[in-house]
Amino acid sequence: MSAAAWIIRAAALVASEADRLTRLDAAIGDGDHGHNLDRGFTAAAAAIDGAAVDREAPPGRILIAAGRAIVSRTGGASGPLYGTALRRAGKALGDAPVVSAAGLGDALRAALDGVTELGGASEGDKTMVDALAPAVAACENALAEGGDLETCARAAAEAAAAGADATVPLQARKGRASYLGERSIGHIDPGAVSTALILRALAETAS
Amino acid sequence: MRKLINAPAGVVADALRGLAAAHPELRVDPGLGTVVRADAPVTGKVALVSGGGSGHEPLHGGFVGPGMLDAACAGEVFTSPVPDAVIAATAAVSSGAGVIHLVKNYTGDVLNFRMAAELAEDEDIEVESVLIDDDVAVEDSLHTAGRRGTGAALFAEKIAGALAEEGAGLGSVAAVAREVVTRSRSFGVALSPCTVPEAGTPTFELGEGEMELGVGIHGEPGRRRVKAGTATEIVDAALTAIDADMPLDGADLLVLVNGMGGTPLIEQYVAYAAVADWLAGHGATVARPLIGPYVTSLEMAGVMISVCRLTPDLTRLWDAPVQTPGLRWGR
Repeated sequence: MSAAAWIIRAAALVASEADRLTRLDAAIGDGDHGHNLDRGFTAAAAAIDGAAVDREAPPGRILIAAGRAIVSRTGGASGPLYGTALRRAGKALGDAPVVSAAGLGDALRAALDGVTELGGASEGDKTMVDALAPAVAACENALAEGGDLETCARAAAEAAAAGADATVPLQARKGRASYLGERSIGHIDPGAVSTALILRALAETAS
Repeated sequence: MRKLINAPAGVVADALRGLAAAHPELRVDPGLGTVVRADAPVTGKVALVSGGGSGHEPLHGGFVGPGMLDAACAGEVFTSPVPDAVIAATAAVSSGAGVIHLVKNYTGDVLNFRMAAELAEDEDIEVESVLIDDDVAVEDSLHTAGRRGTGAALFAEKIAGALAEEGAGLGSVAAVAREVVTRSRSFGVALSPCTVPEAGTPTFELGEGEMELGVGIHGEPGRRRVKAGTATEIVDAALTAIDADMPLDGADLLVLVNGMGGTPLIEQYVAYAAVADWLAGHGATVARPLIGPYVTSLEMAGVMISVCRLTPDLTRLWDAPVQTPGLRWGR
Protein backbone atom coordinates (compact mmCIF):
# COMPACT_ATOMS: atom_id res chain seq x y z
CA MET A 1 0.00 0.00 0.00
CA SER A 2 1.25 3.45 -0.86
CA ALA A 3 0.32 5.95 1.82
CA ALA A 4 1.06 8.76 -0.62
CA ALA A 5 -1.35 7.32 -3.19
CA TRP A 6 -4.04 6.97 -0.49
CA ILE A 7 -3.79 10.60 0.64
CA ILE A 8 -3.67 11.93 -2.93
CA ARG A 9 -6.72 9.82 -3.87
CA ALA A 10 -8.53 10.95 -0.69
CA ALA A 11 -7.79 14.58 -1.55
CA ALA A 12 -9.25 14.09 -5.03
CA LEU A 13 -12.41 12.43 -3.66
CA VAL A 14 -12.86 15.12 -1.00
CA ALA A 15 -12.43 17.84 -3.62
CA SER A 16 -15.02 16.31 -5.93
CA GLU A 17 -17.47 15.79 -3.05
CA ALA A 18 -16.77 19.08 -1.23
CA ASP A 19 -20.00 20.77 -2.31
CA ARG A 20 -22.08 17.78 -1.26
CA LEU A 21 -20.35 17.54 2.14
CA THR A 22 -20.93 21.24 2.71
CA ARG A 23 -24.61 20.87 1.79
CA LEU A 24 -24.99 17.97 4.24
CA ASP A 25 -23.31 20.10 6.92
CA ALA A 26 -25.57 23.07 6.22
CA ALA A 27 -28.56 20.85 7.02
CA ILE A 28 -27.46 20.07 10.59
CA GLY A 29 -24.29 22.08 11.23
CA ASP A 30 -22.86 25.31 9.93
CA GLY A 31 -22.21 24.54 6.28
CA ASP A 32 -18.44 24.43 5.95
CA HIS A 33 -17.37 20.79 6.27
CA GLY A 34 -16.61 20.06 2.60
CA HIS A 35 -14.62 23.22 1.96
CA ASN A 36 -12.63 22.92 5.18
CA LEU A 37 -11.72 19.31 4.51
CA ASP A 38 -10.88 20.12 0.89
CA ARG A 39 -8.46 22.82 2.10
CA GLY A 40 -6.83 20.39 4.55
CA PHE A 41 -6.49 17.39 2.23
CA THR A 42 -5.31 19.60 -0.62
CA ALA A 43 -2.56 20.84 1.71
CA ALA A 44 -1.71 17.26 2.71
CA ALA A 45 -1.56 16.11 -0.91
CA ALA A 46 0.55 19.15 -1.81
CA ALA A 47 2.97 18.36 1.02
CA ILE A 48 3.36 14.82 -0.31
CA ASP A 49 3.62 15.95 -3.93
CA GLY A 50 6.07 18.71 -3.08
CA ALA A 51 9.50 18.61 -1.54
CA ALA A 52 8.10 18.75 2.02
CA VAL A 53 7.74 14.96 2.26
CA ASP A 54 9.96 12.23 0.87
CA ARG A 55 7.59 10.03 -1.11
CA GLU A 56 9.94 7.08 -0.59
CA ALA A 57 9.68 7.51 3.19
CA PRO A 58 7.99 4.72 5.19
CA PRO A 59 4.14 4.91 4.93
CA GLY A 60 3.88 5.78 8.62
CA ARG A 61 6.04 8.86 8.15
CA ILE A 62 3.94 9.99 5.20
CA LEU A 63 0.72 9.69 7.22
CA ILE A 64 2.25 11.68 10.09
CA ALA A 65 3.24 14.45 7.66
CA ALA A 66 -0.20 14.41 6.06
CA GLY A 67 -1.82 14.62 9.51
CA ARG A 68 0.31 17.61 10.44
CA ALA A 69 -0.64 19.41 7.22
CA ILE A 70 -4.31 18.75 7.91
CA VAL A 71 -4.09 20.08 11.48
CA SER A 72 -2.29 23.17 10.16
CA ARG A 73 -4.66 24.02 7.35
CA THR A 74 -8.17 22.72 8.04
CA GLY A 75 -9.55 24.49 11.11
CA GLY A 76 -12.90 23.56 12.59
CA ALA A 77 -13.28 20.34 14.54
CA SER A 78 -12.40 18.24 11.51
CA GLY A 79 -8.81 19.56 11.34
CA PRO A 80 -7.70 18.27 14.75
CA LEU A 81 -9.81 15.11 14.42
CA TYR A 82 -8.66 13.99 10.96
CA GLY A 83 -5.13 15.26 11.60
CA THR A 84 -4.95 13.26 14.83
CA ALA A 85 -6.42 10.18 13.13
CA LEU A 86 -3.74 10.19 10.43
CA ARG A 87 -0.90 11.01 12.81
CA ARG A 88 -1.91 8.21 15.18
CA ALA A 89 -2.26 5.80 12.25
CA GLY A 90 1.20 6.84 11.06
CA LYS A 91 2.71 6.36 14.51
CA ALA A 92 1.17 2.90 14.74
CA LEU A 93 2.80 1.96 11.43
CA GLY A 94 6.13 3.26 12.67
CA ASP A 95 9.04 2.85 10.27
CA ALA A 96 7.78 -0.37 8.66
CA PRO A 97 8.74 -0.16 4.98
CA VAL A 98 5.46 -1.73 3.81
CA VAL A 99 1.99 -1.95 5.32
CA SER A 100 0.74 -5.45 6.15
CA ALA A 101 -2.91 -6.35 6.67
CA ALA A 102 -2.22 -6.56 10.40
CA GLY A 103 -0.45 -3.21 10.25
CA LEU A 104 -3.49 -1.63 8.63
CA GLY A 105 -5.71 -3.02 11.40
CA ASP A 106 -3.42 -1.54 14.05
CA ALA A 107 -3.27 1.79 12.25
CA LEU A 108 -7.05 2.12 11.91
CA ARG A 109 -7.52 1.11 15.56
CA ALA A 110 -5.00 3.78 16.61
CA ALA A 111 -6.81 6.37 14.46
CA LEU A 112 -10.12 5.52 16.13
CA ASP A 113 -8.56 5.74 19.59
CA GLY A 114 -7.10 9.15 18.75
CA VAL A 115 -10.43 10.48 17.52
CA THR A 116 -12.43 9.24 20.51
CA GLU A 117 -9.84 10.53 23.00
CA LEU A 118 -9.80 13.99 21.44
CA GLY A 119 -13.47 14.40 20.57
CA GLY A 120 -15.03 12.28 23.30
CA ALA A 121 -17.65 10.80 20.97
CA SER A 122 -18.95 7.25 21.25
CA GLU A 123 -20.69 5.11 18.66
CA GLY A 124 -24.27 6.29 18.23
CA ASP A 125 -23.52 9.99 18.84
CA LYS A 126 -23.95 10.70 15.10
CA THR A 127 -20.33 11.59 14.33
CA MET A 128 -17.40 10.31 12.24
CA VAL A 129 -16.97 7.61 14.91
CA ASP A 130 -20.11 5.93 13.54
CA ALA A 131 -18.22 5.29 10.30
CA LEU A 132 -14.74 4.73 11.72
CA ALA A 133 -15.62 2.30 14.53
CA PRO A 134 -17.44 -0.23 12.30
CA ALA A 135 -14.62 0.14 9.77
CA VAL A 136 -12.06 -0.85 12.38
CA ALA A 137 -14.19 -3.80 13.50
CA ALA A 138 -14.72 -4.98 9.91
CA CYS A 139 -11.02 -4.68 9.15
CA GLU A 140 -10.15 -6.72 12.26
CA ASN A 141 -12.76 -9.36 11.36
CA ALA A 142 -11.41 -9.66 7.83
CA LEU A 143 -7.92 -9.97 9.27
CA ALA A 144 -9.02 -12.72 11.68
CA GLU A 145 -10.44 -14.61 8.71
CA GLY A 146 -7.07 -14.43 7.03
CA GLY A 147 -7.87 -11.57 4.66
CA ASP A 148 -5.06 -9.82 2.82
CA LEU A 149 -4.45 -6.07 2.82
CA GLU A 150 -6.83 -5.40 -0.06
CA THR A 151 -9.63 -7.49 1.51
CA CYS A 152 -9.21 -5.78 4.89
CA ALA A 153 -9.20 -2.30 3.34
CA ARG A 154 -12.32 -3.09 1.29
CA ALA A 155 -14.09 -4.45 4.38
CA ALA A 156 -13.24 -1.25 6.26
CA ALA A 157 -14.52 0.97 3.43
CA GLU A 158 -17.78 -0.96 3.06
CA ALA A 159 -18.44 -0.91 6.80
CA ALA A 160 -17.70 2.82 6.96
CA ALA A 161 -20.18 3.54 4.16
CA ALA A 162 -22.84 1.43 5.87
CA GLY A 163 -22.05 3.13 9.19
CA ALA A 164 -22.45 6.56 7.62
CA ASP A 165 -25.82 5.60 6.13
CA ALA A 166 -26.90 4.32 9.55
CA THR A 167 -26.42 7.79 11.10
CA VAL A 168 -29.60 9.06 9.40
CA PRO A 169 -32.07 8.02 12.15
CA LEU A 170 -29.71 8.99 14.99
CA GLN A 171 -30.03 12.09 17.19
CA ALA A 172 -26.73 13.98 17.39
CA ARG A 173 -25.09 14.15 20.82
CA LYS A 174 -21.74 15.73 19.88
CA GLY A 175 -20.63 18.63 17.72
CA ARG A 176 -22.77 21.38 16.28
CA ALA A 177 -25.56 19.09 15.15
CA SER A 178 -26.29 18.31 18.81
CA TYR A 179 -27.78 21.82 19.21
CA LEU A 180 -30.61 20.65 16.97
CA GLY A 181 -31.74 17.94 19.33
CA GLU A 182 -34.46 15.83 17.72
CA ARG A 183 -34.30 17.92 14.56
CA SER A 184 -30.97 16.26 13.70
CA ILE A 185 -32.86 13.00 13.12
CA GLY A 186 -33.38 12.19 9.44
CA HIS A 187 -30.10 13.69 8.23
CA ILE A 188 -26.89 11.83 7.47
CA ASP A 189 -23.84 12.94 9.47
CA PRO A 190 -21.39 14.79 7.19
CA GLY A 191 -18.36 13.70 9.25
CA ALA A 192 -19.35 10.05 8.90
CA VAL A 193 -19.78 10.59 5.15
CA SER A 194 -16.31 12.13 4.79
CA THR A 195 -14.78 9.31 6.86
CA ALA A 196 -16.39 6.77 4.52
CA LEU A 197 -15.03 8.73 1.56
CA ILE A 198 -11.48 8.69 2.90
CA LEU A 199 -11.68 4.95 3.61
CA ARG A 200 -13.03 4.42 0.09
CA ALA A 201 -9.84 6.09 -1.15
CA LEU A 202 -7.90 3.63 1.05
CA ALA A 203 -9.67 0.63 -0.50
CA GLU A 204 -9.09 1.98 -4.00
CA THR A 205 -5.36 2.38 -3.42
CA ALA A 206 -4.67 -0.68 -1.22
CA SER A 207 -3.18 -3.33 -3.45
CA MET B 1 -25.30 35.53 -3.44
CA ARG B 2 -24.55 39.24 -3.69
CA LYS B 3 -21.66 40.19 -1.42
CA LEU B 4 -19.10 43.00 -1.28
CA ILE B 5 -16.14 40.68 -1.74
CA ASN B 6 -13.38 39.98 -4.25
CA ALA B 7 -13.31 36.19 -4.05
CA PRO B 8 -15.08 33.87 -1.58
CA ALA B 9 -11.83 32.18 -0.52
CA GLY B 10 -10.08 35.51 0.15
CA VAL B 11 -12.66 37.24 2.33
CA VAL B 12 -10.90 36.79 5.67
CA ALA B 13 -7.45 37.84 4.44
CA ASP B 14 -8.87 40.83 2.55
CA ALA B 15 -10.77 41.99 5.64
CA LEU B 16 -7.66 41.61 7.79
CA ARG B 17 -5.68 43.69 5.28
CA GLY B 18 -8.33 46.38 5.72
CA LEU B 19 -8.05 46.14 9.51
CA ALA B 20 -4.26 46.47 9.24
CA ALA B 21 -4.50 49.49 6.95
CA ALA B 22 -6.92 51.24 9.30
CA HIS B 23 -5.12 50.37 12.53
CA PRO B 24 -1.33 50.77 12.54
CA GLU B 25 -1.47 50.15 16.32
CA LEU B 26 -2.20 46.49 15.46
CA ARG B 27 0.21 43.93 13.97
CA VAL B 28 -1.84 41.89 11.52
CA ASP B 29 -0.84 38.78 9.59
CA PRO B 30 -3.62 38.36 7.02
CA GLY B 31 -2.28 35.01 5.78
CA LEU B 32 -2.06 33.35 9.19
CA GLY B 33 -5.09 35.22 10.55
CA THR B 34 -3.52 36.82 13.61
CA VAL B 35 -4.15 40.29 15.06
CA VAL B 36 -1.70 41.37 17.76
CA ARG B 37 -1.19 44.56 19.79
CA ALA B 38 1.79 46.28 18.16
CA ASP B 39 3.34 46.89 21.60
CA ALA B 40 3.12 43.19 22.57
CA PRO B 41 4.49 41.56 24.57
CA VAL B 42 3.73 44.07 27.33
CA THR B 43 6.37 43.58 30.01
CA GLY B 44 5.08 41.77 33.09
CA LYS B 45 1.48 41.66 31.87
CA VAL B 46 -0.71 38.58 31.66
CA ALA B 47 -1.73 38.31 28.01
CA LEU B 48 -5.20 37.50 26.70
CA VAL B 49 -5.69 35.63 23.45
CA SER B 50 -9.03 34.78 21.92
CA GLY B 51 -10.19 33.80 18.50
CA GLY B 52 -12.66 31.82 16.53
CA GLY B 53 -14.25 31.67 13.16
CA SER B 54 -14.53 34.91 11.20
CA GLY B 55 -17.87 36.46 10.36
CA HIS B 56 -18.55 37.75 13.91
CA GLU B 57 -16.79 41.10 13.52
CA PRO B 58 -15.86 43.15 15.46
CA LEU B 59 -15.38 40.00 17.66
CA HIS B 60 -12.46 39.11 18.12
CA GLY B 61 -9.90 41.10 16.07
CA GLY B 62 -11.74 44.35 16.72
CA PHE B 63 -11.26 43.87 20.46
CA VAL B 64 -7.46 43.80 20.39
CA GLY B 65 -5.79 46.70 22.15
CA PRO B 66 -5.02 48.20 25.58
CA GLY B 67 -7.61 47.16 28.15
CA MET B 68 -8.88 44.14 26.24
CA LEU B 69 -7.21 41.39 24.15
CA ASP B 70 -3.50 41.17 23.39
CA ALA B 71 -4.15 39.04 20.32
CA ALA B 72 -6.93 37.43 18.34
CA CYS B 73 -6.89 34.58 15.84
CA ALA B 74 -9.27 34.72 12.90
CA GLY B 75 -10.24 31.43 11.33
CA GLU B 76 -12.03 31.06 8.04
CA VAL B 77 -15.67 32.19 8.11
CA PHE B 78 -17.44 30.29 10.92
CA THR B 79 -14.45 27.93 11.17
CA SER B 80 -12.20 27.83 14.20
CA PRO B 81 -8.61 29.00 13.71
CA VAL B 82 -5.87 26.44 13.18
CA PRO B 83 -3.44 25.65 16.04
CA ASP B 84 -0.55 27.28 14.10
CA ALA B 85 -2.28 30.66 14.32
CA VAL B 86 -3.08 30.25 18.02
CA ILE B 87 0.51 29.24 18.81
CA ALA B 88 1.91 32.20 16.83
CA ALA B 89 -0.43 34.64 18.61
CA THR B 90 0.35 33.11 22.00
CA ALA B 91 4.10 33.35 21.45
CA ALA B 92 3.82 36.93 20.15
CA VAL B 93 2.09 38.21 23.31
CA SER B 94 3.83 36.10 25.95
CA SER B 95 5.81 38.29 28.37
CA GLY B 96 6.50 35.42 30.74
CA ALA B 97 3.58 36.31 33.04
CA GLY B 98 1.32 33.73 31.42
CA VAL B 99 -1.26 33.69 28.66
CA ILE B 100 -5.01 33.18 28.93
CA HIS B 101 -6.92 31.56 26.09
CA LEU B 102 -10.54 32.73 26.06
CA VAL B 103 -12.30 29.99 24.11
CA LYS B 104 -15.93 29.96 23.03
CA ASN B 105 -17.47 26.54 23.57
CA TYR B 106 -17.60 25.07 20.08
CA THR B 107 -16.06 21.68 19.38
CA GLY B 108 -13.68 23.10 16.75
CA ASP B 109 -12.51 26.04 18.86
CA VAL B 110 -12.00 23.83 21.91
CA LEU B 111 -9.97 21.22 19.98
CA ASN B 112 -7.76 23.71 18.10
CA PHE B 113 -7.04 25.83 21.20
CA ARG B 114 -6.31 22.67 23.22
CA MET B 115 -3.77 21.49 20.65
CA ALA B 116 -2.21 24.96 20.60
CA ALA B 117 -2.05 25.20 24.41
CA GLU B 118 -0.25 21.85 24.61
CA LEU B 119 2.32 22.94 22.01
CA ALA B 120 2.78 26.36 23.70
CA GLU B 121 3.45 24.64 27.02
CA ASP B 122 6.18 22.63 25.27
CA GLU B 123 7.82 26.04 24.74
CA ASP B 124 7.45 26.90 28.45
CA ILE B 125 4.60 29.36 27.97
CA GLU B 126 2.09 28.96 30.80
CA VAL B 127 -1.43 28.87 29.35
CA GLU B 128 -4.74 28.97 31.24
CA SER B 129 -7.84 28.24 29.18
CA VAL B 130 -11.20 29.77 30.06
CA LEU B 131 -14.27 28.32 28.39
CA ILE B 132 -17.09 30.68 27.46
CA ASP B 133 -20.52 29.00 27.44
CA ASP B 134 -23.32 31.45 28.07
CA ASP B 135 -26.02 30.54 25.53
CA VAL B 136 -29.10 29.29 27.41
CA ALA B 137 -30.76 28.11 24.19
CA VAL B 138 -28.68 24.94 24.27
CA GLU B 139 -29.69 22.55 26.94
CA ASP B 140 -26.50 21.82 28.84
CA SER B 141 -26.56 18.08 29.19
CA LEU B 142 -24.69 14.94 28.29
CA HIS B 143 -26.70 14.91 25.08
CA THR B 144 -25.22 18.05 23.53
CA ALA B 145 -21.80 19.61 23.01
CA GLY B 146 -22.79 21.97 25.83
CA ARG B 147 -23.74 25.61 25.80
CA ARG B 148 -22.31 27.79 23.07
CA GLY B 149 -20.15 30.83 23.69
CA THR B 150 -21.69 34.07 22.44
CA GLY B 151 -22.08 37.55 23.98
CA ALA B 152 -20.24 36.69 27.20
CA ALA B 153 -17.06 36.57 25.10
CA LEU B 154 -17.19 40.36 24.85
CA PHE B 155 -17.88 40.72 28.59
CA ALA B 156 -15.05 38.38 29.57
CA GLU B 157 -12.56 39.93 27.15
CA LYS B 158 -13.32 43.46 28.39
CA ILE B 159 -13.40 42.74 32.12
CA ALA B 160 -10.47 40.29 32.25
CA GLY B 161 -8.55 42.58 29.90
CA ALA B 162 -9.00 45.47 32.34
CA LEU B 163 -7.75 43.38 35.27
CA ALA B 164 -4.72 42.21 33.27
CA GLU B 165 -3.97 45.83 32.36
CA GLU B 166 -3.91 46.64 36.12
CA GLY B 167 -1.12 44.08 36.54
CA ALA B 168 -3.02 41.21 38.18
CA GLY B 169 -1.54 37.71 38.01
CA LEU B 170 -2.51 34.81 35.77
CA GLY B 171 -4.72 33.09 38.37
CA SER B 172 -6.65 36.26 39.23
CA VAL B 173 -7.26 37.22 35.60
CA ALA B 174 -8.44 33.70 34.73
CA ALA B 175 -10.67 33.71 37.82
CA VAL B 176 -12.37 36.98 36.92
CA ALA B 177 -12.94 35.74 33.35
CA ARG B 178 -14.58 32.58 34.74
CA GLU B 179 -16.62 34.69 37.17
CA VAL B 180 -17.94 36.77 34.26
CA VAL B 181 -18.90 33.63 32.33
CA THR B 182 -20.63 32.15 35.38
CA ARG B 183 -22.64 35.34 35.86
CA SER B 184 -23.58 35.78 32.17
CA ARG B 185 -26.37 34.38 29.99
CA SER B 186 -27.39 34.97 26.36
CA PHE B 187 -30.26 34.16 24.03
CA GLY B 188 -30.48 34.92 20.31
CA VAL B 189 -33.30 35.19 17.81
CA ALA B 190 -32.84 35.04 14.03
CA LEU B 191 -35.19 36.74 11.58
CA SER B 192 -33.21 35.77 8.48
CA PRO B 193 -30.38 33.34 7.71
CA CYS B 194 -26.87 34.22 6.54
CA THR B 195 -24.69 32.95 3.70
CA VAL B 196 -21.10 31.75 4.20
CA PRO B 197 -19.22 33.14 1.16
CA GLU B 198 -17.55 29.82 0.31
CA ALA B 199 -20.84 27.94 0.58
CA GLY B 200 -22.79 30.44 -1.51
CA THR B 201 -26.21 29.47 -0.18
CA PRO B 202 -27.94 30.36 3.12
CA THR B 203 -27.13 28.19 6.14
CA PHE B 204 -30.83 27.61 6.76
CA GLU B 205 -34.20 28.58 5.34
CA LEU B 206 -36.75 30.64 7.20
CA GLY B 207 -40.23 30.92 5.75
CA GLU B 208 -41.98 34.27 5.43
CA GLY B 209 -43.30 35.14 8.87
CA GLU B 210 -41.06 32.66 10.72
CA MET B 211 -38.24 33.17 13.18
CA GLU B 212 -35.74 30.88 14.87
CA LEU B 213 -35.69 31.13 18.66
CA GLY B 214 -32.37 30.42 20.36
CA VAL B 215 -30.27 30.71 17.24
CA GLY B 216 -26.49 30.40 17.47
CA ILE B 217 -24.01 32.87 16.08
CA HIS B 218 -23.23 30.67 13.06
CA GLY B 219 -26.76 30.48 11.79
CA GLU B 220 -27.02 27.09 13.44
CA PRO B 221 -30.53 26.41 14.64
CA GLY B 222 -31.75 26.91 18.15
CA ARG B 223 -34.63 25.75 20.31
CA ARG B 224 -37.50 25.98 17.88
CA ARG B 225 -38.98 27.74 14.92
CA VAL B 226 -42.02 29.87 15.61
CA LYS B 227 -44.22 32.49 14.00
CA ALA B 228 -42.37 35.81 13.89
CA GLY B 229 -43.44 38.14 16.67
CA THR B 230 -43.13 41.81 17.60
CA ALA B 231 -39.93 43.18 19.14
CA THR B 232 -41.64 43.12 22.53
CA GLU B 233 -42.61 39.46 22.11
CA ILE B 234 -39.10 38.52 20.91
CA VAL B 235 -37.47 40.30 23.85
CA ASP B 236 -39.93 38.63 26.23
CA ALA B 237 -39.05 35.20 24.84
CA ALA B 238 -35.31 35.87 25.18
CA LEU B 239 -35.40 37.36 28.68
CA THR B 240 -37.88 34.76 29.94
CA ALA B 241 -35.48 32.03 28.82
CA ILE B 242 -32.54 33.77 30.50
CA ASP B 243 -34.49 34.51 33.69
CA ALA B 244 -35.58 30.87 33.96
CA ASP B 245 -31.93 29.84 33.92
CA MET B 246 -30.47 32.66 36.04
CA PRO B 247 -33.02 34.70 37.98
CA LEU B 248 -32.62 38.40 37.26
CA ASP B 249 -34.74 39.79 40.10
CA GLY B 250 -32.69 42.24 42.16
CA ALA B 251 -29.67 42.08 39.87
CA ASP B 252 -27.48 44.94 38.70
CA LEU B 253 -26.98 44.07 35.07
CA LEU B 254 -24.63 44.69 32.25
CA VAL B 255 -26.92 44.31 29.22
CA LEU B 256 -25.90 43.82 25.62
CA VAL B 257 -28.54 44.14 22.92
CA ASN B 258 -26.52 42.81 20.06
CA GLY B 259 -27.42 43.21 16.41
CA MET B 260 -26.59 40.02 14.50
CA GLY B 261 -25.35 41.91 11.43
CA GLY B 262 -28.45 42.44 9.33
CA THR B 263 -30.66 44.26 11.82
CA PRO B 264 -30.39 48.06 11.73
CA LEU B 265 -29.54 50.07 14.82
CA ILE B 266 -33.01 51.61 14.93
CA GLU B 267 -34.48 48.12 15.48
CA GLN B 268 -31.84 47.34 18.09
CA TYR B 269 -33.03 50.39 20.03
CA VAL B 270 -36.64 49.26 19.59
CA ALA B 271 -35.50 46.00 21.19
CA TYR B 272 -33.60 47.82 23.94
CA ALA B 273 -36.70 49.82 24.88
CA ALA B 274 -38.51 46.52 25.37
CA VAL B 275 -35.55 45.11 27.31
CA ALA B 276 -35.50 48.12 29.66
CA ASP B 277 -39.26 47.80 30.25
CA TRP B 278 -39.08 44.05 30.82
CA LEU B 279 -36.20 44.30 33.29
CA ALA B 280 -37.80 47.18 35.20
CA GLY B 281 -40.96 45.09 35.46
CA HIS B 282 -38.98 42.12 36.84
CA GLY B 283 -37.02 43.92 39.56
CA ALA B 284 -33.69 44.16 37.72
CA THR B 285 -31.55 47.28 37.23
CA VAL B 286 -29.60 48.02 34.07
CA ALA B 287 -26.31 49.31 35.44
CA ARG B 288 -24.51 49.35 32.08
CA PRO B 289 -26.22 49.01 28.67
CA LEU B 290 -24.45 48.37 25.38
CA ILE B 291 -26.38 48.44 22.11
CA GLY B 292 -24.94 47.65 18.70
CA PRO B 293 -23.53 44.97 16.41
CA TYR B 294 -20.64 43.51 18.45
CA VAL B 295 -20.96 39.73 18.00
CA THR B 296 -22.39 39.35 14.52
CA SER B 297 -23.26 36.47 12.20
CA LEU B 298 -22.47 37.93 8.78
CA GLU B 299 -25.69 39.48 7.42
CA MET B 300 -28.11 37.56 9.63
CA ALA B 301 -31.03 39.65 10.86
CA GLY B 302 -31.99 39.31 14.49
CA VAL B 303 -30.79 40.15 17.97
CA MET B 304 -29.00 38.43 20.77
CA ILE B 305 -29.52 39.59 24.31
CA SER B 306 -26.72 39.03 26.79
CA VAL B 307 -26.71 39.91 30.47
CA CYS B 308 -24.08 39.76 33.20
CA ARG B 309 -24.91 40.10 36.89
CA LEU B 310 -22.42 42.74 37.95
CA THR B 311 -20.60 43.20 41.24
CA PRO B 312 -18.93 46.50 42.21
CA ASP B 313 -15.56 45.05 41.11
CA LEU B 314 -16.89 43.85 37.77
CA THR B 315 -18.54 47.25 37.17
CA ARG B 316 -15.25 49.04 37.88
CA LEU B 317 -13.40 46.76 35.45
CA TRP B 318 -16.10 47.23 32.79
CA ASP B 319 -15.74 51.02 33.16
CA ALA B 320 -11.92 50.94 32.90
CA PRO B 321 -10.41 52.51 29.76
CA VAL B 322 -10.35 50.44 26.60
CA GLN B 323 -8.72 51.33 23.28
CA THR B 324 -9.66 48.87 20.54
CA PRO B 325 -11.17 49.27 17.06
CA GLY B 326 -14.50 47.89 18.24
CA LEU B 327 -14.79 49.16 21.82
CA ARG B 328 -13.24 52.41 22.95
CA TRP B 329 -13.79 54.61 26.01
CA GLY B 330 -12.02 56.36 28.88
CA ARG B 331 -8.50 57.77 29.11
